[in-house]
Amino acid sequence: MATLQSLDLQRRSATSGTPPAARKTLEVAKLIDVSKCIGCKACQVACMEWNDLREEVGEVTGVYDNPHDLSPATWTLMRFTEWDNPDTGNLEWLIRKDGCMHCSDPGCLKACPAPGAIVQYSNGIVDFVSENCIGCGYCVKGCPFNIPRISKADNKAYKCTLCSDRVAVGQAPACVKACPTQALVFGSKEDMIAHGEERVADLKSRGYDKAGVYDPAGVGGTHVMYVLHHADKPPIYAGLPLAPKISPLVEMWKGLTKNVGLLGIGFAAVFGFMHYVVNGPNRVSDEDEQAAAKLKGDGT
Amino acid sequence: MTGSHYRDEPTTVSRYSAAARVNHWVTAASLILLALSGLALFHPSLFFLTGLFGGGEYTRIIHPWIGLVLLVSFAGLFLRFWRLNLWERTDNVWLGRVRAVLAGREEELPEVGKYNAGQKLVFWGMSILIIVLFVSGVGIWRSQYPFLRETLGIVIPIDQQRLAVLVHALAAIGAILIWIVHVYAALWVKGTVRAMMRGSVTGGWAWRHHRRWLREEVGARTPRRPAE
Ligand code: HEM
Ligand code: SF4
Repeated sequence: MATLQSLDLQRRSATSGTPPAARKTLEVAKLIDVSKCIGCKACQVACMEWNDLREEVGEVTGVYDNPHDLSPATWTLMRFTEWDNPDTGNLEWLIRKDGCMHCSDPGCLKACPAPGAIVQYSNGIVDFVSENCIGCGYCVKGCPFNIPRISKADNKAYKCTLCSDRVAVGQAPACVKACPTQALVFGSKEDMIAHGEERVADLKSRGYDKAGVYDPAGVGGTHVMYVLHHADKPPIYAGLPLAPKISPLVEMWKGLTKNVGLLGIGFAAVFGFMHYVVNGPNRVSDEDEQAAAKLKGDGT
Repeated sequence: MTGSHYRDEPTTVSRYSAAARVNHWVTAASLILLALSGLALFHPSLFFLTGLFGGGEYTRIIHPWIGLVLLVSFAGLFLRFWRLNLWERTDNVWLGRVRAVLAGREEELPEVGKYNAGQKLVFWGMSILIIVLFVSGVGIWRSQYPFLRETLGIVIPIDQQRLAVLVHALAAIGAILIWIVHVYAALWVKGTVRAMMRGSVTGGWAWRHHRRWLREEVGARTPRRPAE
């Protein structure tokens, strides 16, 4: 069922029960160290190159963000924030590489109604399979990070694939390959957490005592993680969610509503059938007809 | 509509005009198509229903447009029937004796006008749910977001979209449940379907189920008032 023979599926949208994986795969992750990022956008360009994406020429909105939002043709985007640090009085220039976080508990996959339009490989990558996508936009509603975008051209959902095609053949994602400062690194999730902790220790020793790794538990952890110098305030990094999790509205919609709803409908149909079996049809009798005829006769 | 009648050929009473019947069946067809196409996206086990509409993408595209047909068509039914569906005191009595209704012991019920309390609840329930389905449906009609933004200046925040899709799913379940009650009642009470097929019912049907309406139709003054 996998789209790539070399990758096993762990989850599949709109599918109850996923077959066990044939192999044991290493969980992978990308680590984005914002403290090392110089905002050169090499990763953004590499992403366009590898995935053959060309954003339309847009308009300048007065900031460095270019284009100014993710789109079906922009799967990763550098977001720049000027932040006045109230504790030090310094103006800090925060740069965050935005894109799909590859959640362990992906809201898009949970929301999607089309079987196999969204899959999660056993290595943790969440991927869209355009062939199965019907363009409803439910994934947009499911995502806690506001990532998927629907193309106007083909009405399919697009986002970062974590270069699943490259990873499948043992290559690091294109963005990682292009990064000149090693602000982006890729490897097993375990190694990336360990590396992140080293970076955090280093940042703390240099006065960033709130530094930390961003691997939010609300979505079961992510396969794209950040090292943040102000890990206590993720939202200052262009609105990175403080405690992301799948919206309770989405959980309710996709959880209780579906099963109780279908059960209710089935129950009503069975109840009707049984009522008929027990009571038989409600028929008009001859006496009814005669009474009506009499009434009609009298009434004229 | 008078004249002679034979014992074995019952008198008939006209119940629905041709226009009302056409209006009803357009509504019925669109509601059924909406339920099928909606349920296809509602639950993975029903995704196969998208095959009826030419696949998942076509199902997604066509569903909201059928919704617009339903809205207009149901509005027609609403204008035709709302007056006759106004709640009356006898409706409470009827509802209180719902056991007798289910057992088919109609002699224990007050005389009923053109619609009984059950039919009125179906009418008002559907009226409310169709409005809710329309509003929430537009709220998740992604391909029309640019239209909403450009013509009405409406941009729907993500949490309202999430709420809309939840409300839409709940309202759809409600509407389908009401539909089951409606269809079952029509099948259970023999002689009802012809009202919507041919436009008329037999006098006996009207006498048994809607006696007050029959009296009004034949213009007779009721000698006894219905039990209250
Ligand atoms: C009255 C106008 C209606 C409009 C504008 C409307 C619109 C929509 C839209 C836009 C969707 C999302 C999928 C898509 O893009 O096609 C949807 C889903 C759905 N609709 Fe409707 N709809 C309407 C009426 C109805 C009715 C009458 C029913 C059922 C009796 C219904 C049942 C559903 C269901 C079950 C879903 C799937 C919800 C889910 O995925 O949980 N809809 N509708
Ligand atoms: S737009 Fe495509 S990927 Fe997104 S939820 Fe709908 S079918 Fe799934």
